[in-house]
Amino acid sequence: MPKPEYLHFFIDPNRCIGCQACVQACTECDTHRGESMIHLEFIDRAHSVQTVPVVCMHCEQPTCAEVCPADAIKRSGDGVVQSARKPRCIACGNCVIACPFGVPEVYEDRQIMMKCDMCYDRTSVGKKPMCATVCPSQALFFGTREQIDQLRPMSRPVNRFQFGRQTISTRVFMMMPAEPLTTQPYLDVTSAMSEHPRQRSIALTVVSDPFAEVEL
Amino acid sequence: MADRRGEPLDVRIDSPAREGLTGTTPASVYRPYEDAEQVTIAPDWRPAESQPAWRNDFPIDWPQDHYVERRDFMKFMVLTSLAFTVGQFWIVLQNWLRRRRGRPELMRLSSLDQLPVGSTHVFAYPSQHDPCILIRSDERRFVAYSQKCTHLSCAVVPQLDAGVIRCPCHEGFFDLASGRPISGPPRRPLSLVHLEIRGDDIFATGIEERTL
Repeated sequence: MPKPEYLHFFIDPNRCIGCQACVQACTECDTHRGESMIHLEFIDRAHSVQTVPVVCMHCEQPTCAEVCPADAIKRSGDGVVQSARKPRCIACGNCVIACPFGVPEVYEDRQIMMKCDMCYDRTSVGKKPMCATVCPSQALFFGTREQIDQLRPMSRPVNRFQFGRQTISTRVFMMMPAEPLTTQPYLDVTSAMSEHPRQRSIALTVVSDPFAEVEL
Repeated sequence: MADRRGEPLDVRIDSPAREGLTGTTPASVYRPYEDAEQVTIAPDWRPAESQPAWRNDFPIDWPQDHYVERRDFMKFMVLTSLAFTVGQFWIVLQNWLRRRRGRPELMRLSSLDQLPVGSTHVFAYPSQHDPCILIRSDERRFVAYSQKCTHLSCAVVPQLDAGVIRCPCHEGFFDLASGRPISGPPRRPLSLVHLEIRGDDIFATGIEERTL
């Protein structure tokens, strides 16, 4: 059963408070019991408390699958890149090196690569992934485009990323401030790495009910 | 159901677009994904026609990976049946060649007094690479078989007290008197070496490959 195509995953790193709830919830998922597939990264730990949750972006051009010598990484028809097939994976770690988002992990003890599969047992029946169900600030949001447009009017979902000369489009959306996107509809990751935050005033619109979309 | 695409969605549970069960929204209110049919997008963003052939042979996506073209299926069927047909002619040719070679030469194996009752003698017959065993099971009975197990050509070991020939590789057993398989993986009897006793000597006069 495929993931419903009107449901999307949205990551909003601005909203992440680093509470580790997603990391704990991820270990509960039945497709990879006991192992957390989510990485909660500190951006600049010396100067900032800002964290960002890293789940698999489910690329439309999955680099991990491109470099897999054993043809073990497959994507199902609904665009979800699955963990390596157990009979094929040789635990070479090519995918770990290749993934521009740093998602896959090789488990040397059981000789297998495992990665976030968007909780395929849950999303394929229309449920939210484990991390999105528990995220208290909804930095990880799973729902429709219409919902995110209404709930986050200041942001726009972006699913095109530029890594040097490699352009990647993903099935998971990253929320970006709406204003600069009129000129640049993608996120240039490599050039953003040397960028520093500007001094600016931030006006936040208070969302009255952050869990309104949970009912879907 | 009215087509509500493009209209702002009321996210409240009791909104008019959410008839039915609590927490369900009819799929018709959502924008469809732009490219539901085209799952595969190559890393260089060029269309599928301009991609190298290996990308079609090793697709990343399951729908493309599981898809078998009618032409590929027919190619498989034709080539497989062709291989079977050629195999039949190959067997005919091998039989013809074997018959054309005629009987192998007579070979002296041993003399009777060198081979006491219950002993075995290993020899190569008809060529150097065909190991055979000669067994004297009692005063007047001699049997000789090829030593290659008919399963995977392991060397078989005669066990005279049990009346069997055992293959240690996969526990195959043959009858000592006839060479026919009793149990285990082998299905064909061991090749039989025809023997002849002339005076005091034992000669091998031919080898018979048996199927039943």
